[in-house]
Amino acid sequence: MTQEKIVFLIVIALFCVFSLSLKGFVSPGNLLTLVRSVATLGILGVGMAVLVIGRGIDLAIVAIYAMSAAWTLHLADGGVSIPLAILIGYLFALSAGVINGVLIAYVEIPALFATLGMASLVYGFARYVLVPLYVVYMPASASGISWIGSGFLFGVPMPILFFALVSLLGFLFLRFTKPGRLIYALGDNFAAARISGAPVRSIVVLQYAISATIAFLAGMITATAVASMDTNVANSSLIYDIILVVVLGGIGLSGGRGGIRNVIAGTLLIGILLNGMTIMNVQYQLQNVIRSLILLIAIVIDSLLNPRDEQIDQQGDI
Amino acid sequence: MRTRNIFATIATVASLSGMAGLASAQGIDDPRRADYFKVYEGKTIAFVPVTMGIDLTEGWASVLKKQADTLGMKLEIRDPHFSADAGAQAITSLISEKPDVLIVHNPDVNSYAKLLKRAEAAGIHVIQVNMRSNYNSDVYVGADWIGIGEAEMQAVVDRCGAGTSQKVAILQGQPTSGSDSGMMRGAQNILDKHPEIKLVANQAGQWDATKARAIMATVIQQNPDLCGIVGFWDVMDLGAAAAIKESGKSIVLVTSGGGEQMACDNVANGVFQEEIAYPVLQQGQTLTDMVSTVLQSGQPAGKEKIVIYTPPLKITKETLHPGMCWSAKSLKN
Repeated sequence: MTQEKIVFLIVIALFCVFSLSLKGFVSPGNLLTLVRSVATLGILGVGMAVLVIGRGIDLAIVAIYAMSAAWTLHLADGGVSIPLAILIGYLFALSAGVINGVLIAYVEIPALFATLGMASLVYGFARYVLVPLYVVYMPASASGISWIGSGFLFGVPMPILFFALVSLLGFLFLRFTKPGRLIYALGDNFAAARISGAPVRSIVVLQYAISATIAFLAGMITATAVASMDTNVANSSLIYDIILVVVLGGIGLSGGRGGIRNVIAGTLLIGILLNGMTIMNVQYQLQNVIRSLILLIAIVIDSLLNPRDEQIDQQGDI
Repeated sequence: MRTRNIFATIATVASLSGMAGLASAQGIDDPRRADYFKVYEGKTIAFVPVTMGIDLTEGWASVLKKQADTLGMKLEIRDPHFSADAGAQAITSLISEKPDVLIVHNPDVNSYAKLLKRAEAAGIHVIQVNMRSNYNSDVYVGADWIGIGEAEMQAVVDRCGAGTSQKVAILQGQPTSGSDSGMMRGAQNILDKHPEIKLVANQAGQWDATKARAIMATVIQQNPDLCGIVGFWDVMDLGAAAAIKESGKSIVLVTSGGGEQMACDNVANGVFQEEIAYPVLQQGQTLTDMVSTVLQSGQPAGKEKIVIYTPPLKITKETLHPGMCWSAKSLKN
C-alpha cells in the first residue's frame, strides 16, 4: 500500500464521516466550495510537484506568486494597460524562475539554498522597489480580468477549472513529453541521466520556469478572487502547506516518484478537513491541532506500512 | 499749571505708545518657548509596529515622523514584520538602548506584556497604540474596541430584523489580539440583548482575505439564508465580500478599519454596508500629543495611566462625503 493510497483512503473515510454527520456537506454547492477553497493550493502544488519529482524544490514559489501578482495590480492601478501589466508581471515571475534554474543548474548551488535566497530577494526587492504597500487593491480598471478568480463556466468556479487545466497539462507534460520523462530520470539518478546524455541543465531551468509560470497564474487567480493581493502571504506558512500537499500525496522528496494524482489526493485531504471544520464551526486554534494530528497520522501509517529500506533509500533523502 | 499737566499727559501717552510701538516691532518673547523646544531636543522615539506597510502603521508613522523632524527628535522604527518573536527582540534591544518614548503596537495581549513592564522600569515611557497588551502602560491611544464591536453588531442587527432569517456570522482576525477580544465582547453585549439573532458561525480569518473568502464561502453555503456578517478588519473583509459576491446573494457586511480611501470606495460601491472607522491620521495626531505630554510632564515612566479612545467614525452611504477617508498612497508621495 503506497502513501498515495493511504491518503486516498483517509480522504474517502473523512468524506463518508462528514457526509453522514454534517448536514449539507455533500450538497453540490458545498463540494464546489470545498474544491474552490483549495484550488490555488492545488495549482501551486502542481508547480512544486514538477520540481520535487526532479529532486528539486522551490521555496521561492510563494514569493513569486505573491509579488508578481501584486506588482501587476500595482501597475494597473498606476494606469498601465491590463495586458501590458500582466505581461510585465509575468516576465518578472519568469525571470525569477529562470535565475533560480540557472543558479541551480549552472552555478550548481543546492536548490534548497538558491530558492531560499531567491524567496527573500523576490519579496524584498519587490517590496522595496516595485510595490510600496503591503496590500495592493485591484483597481476598477482591472475589472475586465476579475473573471479569472471569480468567474464561472457552466456553473463551475473558474479557479477549479484552472486547477483541472493545470493538473491535466502537468499530467500530459510529465507523462508524454520527452522533458517530462527526463524529469523522472533526473530525480531518480541525476548522474546517470547526465552520463546518458540527457540535457540535464536546460531541463532544470525549464522546471523552474514552469513553476514560476504556475505561480504567476495562481497569483492572478488569488488577486482577482479577493480583489486584492496581500503580499504578507510571502511570509506565511503557505509554502509549508504546498510542500505538505505534495509530500502527503506521496511524492517523495527524494525524487523520481509520483505524479499529479498525488497532488490531487493531498489537496483534497486538506480541502475536506478545512471545509468540514468550518461547517462544524471549530475554533481556529483547535482546527490547527486537528489538522496537524491527521497529517501526522497519515505519515505514521505510511512509515509503519512502508518502512524505510536502506537498499532503496537514496543518499540525501529528507 | 493746567497746561503743564496737559503736556505731561501728552508726553506720557506719547512715550507709552512709543514703547508699545517698540514692543510690537520686536515682538514679545514667550518665556516658555525655549523650554518647549529644549524638552524635545535630542530625544528618541522608538516605534515597534506589528508590521510596516499596512495603512494603519504607515499612517501613524508619517505623523510621528513629521513631529520628530519638526522638533529635532529621532524616530526609530523597528519593523518585526508580523513576527511576535522579532518584535520581542526589538523591544528587548530597545530597553538597553533606552529611547525616551517607546510606542508599541501589540500583536496580541500577552507577547510583550512583561517586556513593556521592564521598559517602564528602565525609565522608558511606553505608549501602546490600537492593540494593547495585558500590561497597562503610561498611555493607550487607540480604538475603543468594545464600543466598535457593539456598533458593528448593532449595525447588523438593525438590518437583520424581523422578516429576515436573523442569522449572522462573525469573522474575527486573530482571536488572541487585543482588538479581537474587545470587539468580540462588544458583539456579545449586543447579542445578549437580542436573543432572536442567531450566531451561526464565529471563525477567524487570520487577517488574510484569502482565508476569509474560503471560510465565508463555506458559511454561506451552509446557511444560504445568512443575513449579515460582522467583519473585524476591512482589509481582510474584502475576502468575505468576494464570497458574498460569488454567492450572488445580498448579505449585509459591516466592517471596521482605519478609514483609508479603500473603505470609502467600498462603502460607495455597496461592498461594505457600513464601516466603523478609527481614523488613522487622527490617531497619529493623538500619539504625537501623548509623546509631548509624557515628555513635558517630567513624570517618571509608569506613573500615568492615560487612555485616549479615538472617536469612531461611521461610514455609510448616507454619511459618506469627499475627504472623509484618508489616502495611504498620498503618504508615499
